[in-house]
Amino acid sequence: MFCAKESCSILPLFVAVPLAGAFLSSLLGKTSSKISDFLGSLVPAILVLLSFSFIGLKEVLVYKMGGWIPPFGIVFVVDGLTVLMLVTVNVVALMSTIFSISYMEKYTDKWKYYTLFLLMLTGMNGAVITGDMFNLFVWLEIGAISSYALVAFGTEGEELEASFKYAVMSSVASLFILVGIGLLYSYTSTLNMADISRTLVAKPNANLINFVFILFLLGFGLKSAIVPFHSWLPDAHPSAPAPISAMLSGVLIKSLGIYALVRIFYNVLGVAGGGRVLLVLGLISMVLGALLAIYQKDLKRLLAYSTISQVGYIVFAFGLGTPLGIFAGLFHLINHAVAKALMFLNAGSVVYATDNVRDLDQLGGLREKMPVTANTSLIGSMSIAGVPPLGGFWSKLVIIFAAVESKHWAGAFVAILVSIVTLAYYLKLQKLVFFGKLPVRWENIKESPVLMCVSMIVLSCICIALGLLLLPQLRSVFLDPAVEVLKNGVGYSKAVFENIK
Amino acid sequence: MTEYILCLILFCVGLYAIMIKRNLIKIIIGLCIMEYSVNLFFTLIGYKHGGIVPIFSSLDETPARMVDPIPQALILTAIVIGLAVTCLIVAIALKIYEKYKTYDIREITRLKG
Amino acid sequence: MTLIVKTITRYTVGLILLFGIYIVLHGHLTPGGGFAGGVIVALSFVHLMLAFGRETAIKKMSEKAAGILEGLGAIMFLLIAFMGLTTGYFFYNFFRRVDTTETLVEYIGRPFALFSAGIIPLCNIAICLKVGAGLFAIFVALTFLKMNGDAAGDGEKK
Repeated sequence: MFCAKESCSILPLFVAVPLAGAFLSSLLGKTSSKISDFLGSLVPAILVLLSFSFIGLKEVLVYKMGGWIPPFGIVFVVDGLTVLMLVTVNVVALMSTIFSISYMEKYTDKWKYYTLFLLMLTGMNGAVITGDMFNLFVWLEIGAISSYALVAFGTEGEELEASFKYAVMSSVASLFILVGIGLLYSYTSTLNMADISRTLVAKPNANLINFVFILFLLGFGLKSAIVPFHSWLPDAHPSAPAPISAMLSGVLIKSLGIYALVRIFYNVLGVAGGGRVLLVLGLISMVLGALLAIYQKDLKRLLAYSTISQVGYIVFAFGLGTPLGIFAGLFHLINHAVAKALMFLNAGSVVYATDNVRDLDQLGGLREKMPVTANTSLIGSMSIAGVPPLGGFWSKLVIIFAAVESKHWAGAFVAILVSIVTLAYYLKLQKLVFFGKLPVRWENIKESPVLMCVSMIVLSCICIALGLLLLPQLRSVFLDPAVEVLKNGVGYSKAVFENIK
Repeated sequence: MTEYILCLILFCVGLYAIMIKRNLIKIIIGLCIMEYSVNLFFTLIGYKHGGIVPIFSSLDETPARMVDPIPQALILTAIVIGLAVTCLIVAIALKIYEKYKTYDIREITRLKG
Repeated sequence: MTLIVKTITRYTVGLILLFGIYIVLHGHLTPGGGFAGGVIVALSFVHLMLAFGRETAIKKMSEKAAGILEGLGAIMFLLIAFMGLTTGYFFYNFFRRVDTTETLVEYIGRPFALFSAGIIPLCNIAICLKVGAGLFAIFVALTFLKMNGDAAGDGEKK
């Protein structure tokens, strides 16, 4: 644990270290792929250590870039919610890079992959840590642009097609966000989030807030694939290489989409829950994602639709706006990030072994040949589907409790129904891929290399252990500070301005 | 006010091109038009009637007469980001043309579902 | 390209490059700076490529050199930012001097003096390297894409 001043001065490392890693990889990685492998895993490892040092943070840390005081300079703000997101993002990133060491052997130009990966990580860390509206937009774009390139990394027809669709829709989303930022700036004459929030409280303007609310809902809704804006996700996420799918589905849409959405709605605009809009959209995505997932024949596409459905759960929980709802949303966010990353890595392991066969009908019986993949995949599926005692069960239970507590009986009922559907399609996946009879063509299949197994095993252990977060001791250091931040609402600005030193 | 409405019209033209046009290159052009309209919008936010350039060419000028420089700085960043996106999308479109031998999105449909 | 274009290019390309460098070095005093200057520097190479074909331009600045320069520019910018960290702030302008006579202009340095803005000129040079090399590399990459239709791309599956 660092004392306040020291831990403050390591804040810029969250963006500086991956940036340095990215450019070093582009300079040195050309000579040998070992260097870029090493850099690619070292950087997330450092970031994991850094982010762990912030766990249990009691106060809000504000870091002034270049010594300029806000609202003139850019600030980095670390509070409970930021710490939670940083830990989740960096742990998943570390596991993905360890997985990539073996997996990316199938592709050429590994150093380009690591450069883009680390840039994407920079974007996510930056978006989470910043306290400035325009800076948020810039990090958002850095993360998004590198993810467009990563989706198209294989340069097959399908991948390019998916990447084009993703790039166009996501760019339009960014423009909506930019217009929203422009409107906020023209009214409040500041770009600092805390200052915007303070100004909006001092001279409220309902029309402006409503309009900006819609713009941000469109923008961040597109980025986080809430249902009317979801059409790019089932194409883009399966097309990317498996570790990237894990990053995209696991943490990218959460840090660039949901985190930004929630931070702005709760802490800046002060429209907690956003009326009933988030609630309704969450329910629709939950149902539609689950129903479409049942019919999928493609392993990774099924997982992508499942992401839409689970994001629906998270958005629904945040839409409730009660402290329990916020808690449930954050808890499910972590659970889903870890479990979905695990599922995509499993899919990658299967694809690696079977040489790019993702059709569920052609797979089957892989359990005997690939025990590690099969067992970790079982844990991941059961966690998302909500089988006790895994983490996903508890978070869904809390979501349903939260819905009942705030008298949304229909919502609670739908959530229960959808979780049954979720169980159904995950059982289908398990049955068609890992159980049943082994087709003749997969007789000589082998288990994946050690490093891939290691990252899958670690993620599945985290998956099991996440249920422990409900224990009061762990809850009070990890989840409760984050819930406090969102519950505090526009009190965020006060917390930030009090902590400027 | 007229400027803002014209700006909005430009934004809608871009959005129209993205949603209706079937050609990849026309979609990219639509995206660029949208970007420019947003840039224009930002410049209009900072505009002041009769304002001067926000550059100190001598020390006795006062900032009160200058137009707001912050939106212009933001625009510069947004333009750079736009450049990166456009280059990337154009490269992807060229690659798509290699694979599919067409720019028509109605024929680029290997992904279904 | 025609003889007219080639001749004019021969005379102007050096001037364009020089103008770009001027914009970069005077970035903290006059309008311009690293980005604008970098674009002009890149344009001088693009100009060369348009007039004499890709080979001539690549002989002056190969794709590989552009990639390395781009990485160097980025690393240089980050290093400058990191050096500020030693005084407590990321991106801290550690070269700035407190002017003893006029304490008010502490941050903006002395107007119209070339060596006055602390780290800003250094940042401008780093950005110029990054932007110039990056833009040129993008242009070269796009022409490659257009010409060798069936060449293997990056990250192609083995």
